[in-house]
Amino acid sequence: MALPLIVSLIYRESSYLAFLISIGIALGFGFLMTILSRPKTRVFYAKEGFVIVSLAWIAMSLIGAAPFVISGEIPSFIDAVFETISGFTTTGSSIVRNVEALSKGILFWRSFTHWIGGMGVLVFVLAIMPKFSDRSIHLIRAEMAGPIVGKLVPKAKDTAKILYLIYIAMTVIETIFLLFGGMSLFESVVHSFGTAGTGGFGIKADSIGGYSPYCQWVITVFMLLFGINFNLYYFLLLRNFRSIFKNLELWVYIGVITVSTGIITANILSRFGGFFDALRYAAFQVSSVVTTTGYATADFDLWPSLSKGIIFILLFLGGCAGSTAGGLKISRVLILFKMMRSELHKMLHPRSVNVVKMDGRQIDDPILRNVGVYFAIYIVGTLATFVVLSFEPFNFETNFSAAVTCINNVGPGFSLVGPSMNFAEYSDISKIVLSFAMLLGRLEIFPLLISLSPSTWSKK
Amino acid sequence: MNIIVVGCGKIGKTILASLVAEGHNVVALDSNPETINEITNLYDAIGICGNGNDCDTLSEAGVEKAELFVAVTGSDEFNMLSCFLARRMGAKHTIARIRNPEYNDQNLGFIKKQLGLSMAINPDLLAAQELFNILKLPSAAKIETFSRRDFEMIELKLRQESVLDGISLIELRKKYDVQLLVCVVQRDNEVFIPDGSFVLKSGDKIGITATTSEILRFLKMLGVMQKQARNIMILGGSRTAYYLSKMLMGIGNTVKIVEKDHKRCLELSETLPNAIIINGDGAGQELLNEEGLSSMDAFISLTGMDEENILISFYAAAQNVPKVISKVNRDEFMYLAEKIGLDCTISPKNIISDILVRYARALENSLGSNVETLYQIMDAKAEALEFNIAAQSAVTEIPLKDMKLKPNTLIAGIMRGRKIIIPSGNDMILPEDKVVIITSGYKLNDISDILL
Repeated sequence: MALPLIVSLIYRESSYLAFLISIGIALGFGFLMTILSRPKTRVFYAKEGFVIVSLAWIAMSLIGAAPFVISGEIPSFIDAVFETISGFTTTGSSIVRNVEALSKGILFWRSFTHWIGGMGVLVFVLAIMPKFSDRSIHLIRAEMAGPIVGKLVPKAKDTAKILYLIYIAMTVIETIFLLFGGMSLFESVVHSFGTAGTGGFGIKADSIGGYSPYCQWVITVFMLLFGINFNLYYFLLLRNFRSIFKNLELWVYIGVITVSTGIITANILSRFGGFFDALRYAAFQVSSVVTTTGYATADFDLWPSLSKGIIFILLFLGGCAGSTAGGLKISRVLILFKMMRSELHKMLHPRSVNVVKMDGRQIDDPILRNVGVYFAIYIVGTLATFVVLSFEPFNFETNFSAAVTCINNVGPGFSLVGPSMNFAEYSDISKIVLSFAMLLGRLEIFPLLISLSPSTWSKK
Repeated sequence: MNIIVVGCGKIGKTILASLVAEGHNVVALDSNPETINEITNLYDAIGICGNGNDCDTLSEAGVEKAELFVAVTGSDEFNMLSCFLARRMGAKHTIARIRNPEYNDQNLGFIKKQLGLSMAINPDLLAAQELFNILKLPSAAKIETFSRRDFEMIELKLRQESVLDGISLIELRKKYDVQLLVCVVQRDNEVFIPDGSFVLKSGDKIGITATTSEILRFLKMLGVMQKQARNIMILGGSRTAYYLSKMLMGIGNTVKIVEKDHKRCLELSETLPNAIIINGDGAGQELLNEEGLSSMDAFISLTGMDEENILISFYAAAQNVPKVISKVNRDEFMYLAEKIGLDCTISPKNIISDILVRYARALENSLGSNVETLYQIMDAKAEALEFNIAAQSAVTEIPLKDMKLKPNTLIAGIMRGRKIIIPSGNDMILPEDKVVIITSGYKLNDISDILL
């Protein structure tokens, strides 16, 4: 929180006090925890990895909400928590009615939560801690997105460092590009944070709509870049082009984006003046939704239903595994489709032996099972959230898209939670449920569920 | 340093664990996906599932940039081919496990040269050497020698009502006029680097550095001196048993080997014509009694089963065999066996991991003062290292009493030319000395690391 503190000091705003107090709270809490707990052993297994990650995220969200409440800019604590979780999980759903009224320090903090949440807090801690346990891979696995999480280099610490260096470098590059587009330094940094984490908190009521076409294109391209598996950038640095070329997930990702952009462009051509405008709007919206960022340049709620339908499907899809994007992840969807094909094949030829392969490598049974179960829980989670939201006096489209958008960490939904609206109308209970759904989506369900299950905590 | 380990069996895993603990970047290769899964969960290393003789797999593991390549699968030929490929693909140093006695004769030098191997390790031979050392001085639980053969470190278990019980180390020096240093003490699974005021208790395991003759004198004074073993019974006709018997008979001892498998017995009797080979199940006590277990000087249990080794060793100890040694591969068992009274166990995989750690450290600093030897002692809770002092450095020509050492670090011996010095406060380290350091809790790469 030191960074937003500096920002508010630069702009001579009163919110700096709020940050000072929050830093105090965070330090006090951390200090208290280290005093209270003196663990006998520091060895941890998969279970502890899951629990550490979920508890850390919850604690962080509660403390992260402090600046909003203390500064008085979001007076309700629940609202503030919703906003913070939305930030850390890189969702970008907001309950703030008038964004432009917030102070710069608070706006910066909001976007900064995206940036931190994007790659993962504990991965960051790993990168800077001097010595961690041999088993820190459990932490990375619990926090990073995707069905298969491996290491780039033998040491977990170095892996975390490489990932963060790539992340920081790309953020800086985007900031520079945006500066050339006529944004102020503050605006470009804030928007880069939002893009990098694939979050989507803007600082204007119309999100990115008011900026020049150049800025919109820059953000489109970078949203797509942040939706790609970060391992591929490491391969790029190593000049290992073959691995990149062979990566099926990347090709499907590019394919999905090209096709959906094409269809939507044709569909909305009549609404906008020329082909290039339509292409720009379509490309921006598609990349914003597929990478689960949630920036908007146009209100797609007003678009024809074909376009809306495609965008709705993209809400589920999400980016590549190992990126900062949320959603189901393309690799999971791919594995699901391959499983489907192999199961169907097996029904036709009961004695046939099938191996599900990806990038020329066999996928082990436990991973297949994991993907199947993940998908089932994911659907159940979405529906459960939707049922709770249905108590609200809003239409079906609003509630369902709100549930989907939160669990996929996208941001905007349709109708009353569309790109130009926000979540302020929901009751506190719904906000809590939605916050939980966002955490579920960001941590990929399992860590949270495992932490909640009683058998994790009993010694038996 | 980038290290690749091929083959993650018992030995592979131990090597992996100690290399990762040393802070190296380790890539593990194994063909069994479950093993790889287990490894990546346990250690901070990358696991790659594949064939260690496949060039694609090797280059995926980064063999081009590997400083050290270790092949320790169960097959000698696989290890040799794997190391050969790795060397050709750019690995700087290669180490292969080669255990078949047919390769381990005078041909080994030729094989090593042709394959470009930096080192061939033979766990069986190394274990046999260690056993041989122990049998030379049966009173000690363990003996490590440094580059000068007559300077040794022995581990001694203080029995109940030992004369040393309740004596502080200063008193010990006064009472027994011997040049030795008690440099490490293990009590209840905790390791101490003692100072002069430290008081010994029975049940402690102590490490002593001294010259061989001083150690013998000291053991005699304590009244625990046992004569060198002459009649030795070995249970299990493994390769280790073969190497050990050869060494023992070379100095004129009699060896009796008990082996279950008839075919193996024939082989042994062919290669070891002077040994007595008994075909039978050693777990049957009758057989052992019949073969005169109680009149043996030493009994060594080398079967493939840890449990069998431990239990039969207990039986032998109950028959008043003066020296009983058992081979134990699992660390947990080793600790347990020691706890319930078997003070002498050996573990081939730990011997090998010592050697590899030493090799890796020596590679890491090929300049300046080197690690000449390295032993993990007291269940790997402490280390004994021998350094070559190359030239002037921060540690040379300062009286030891003025040197600010790290806590739990001790200079246990200085070897200067033909002289061996058990250091006191006024001694100094000079260039071209060899220095033995005992440390617990630090990883020393260079002699200057001992300073605060």
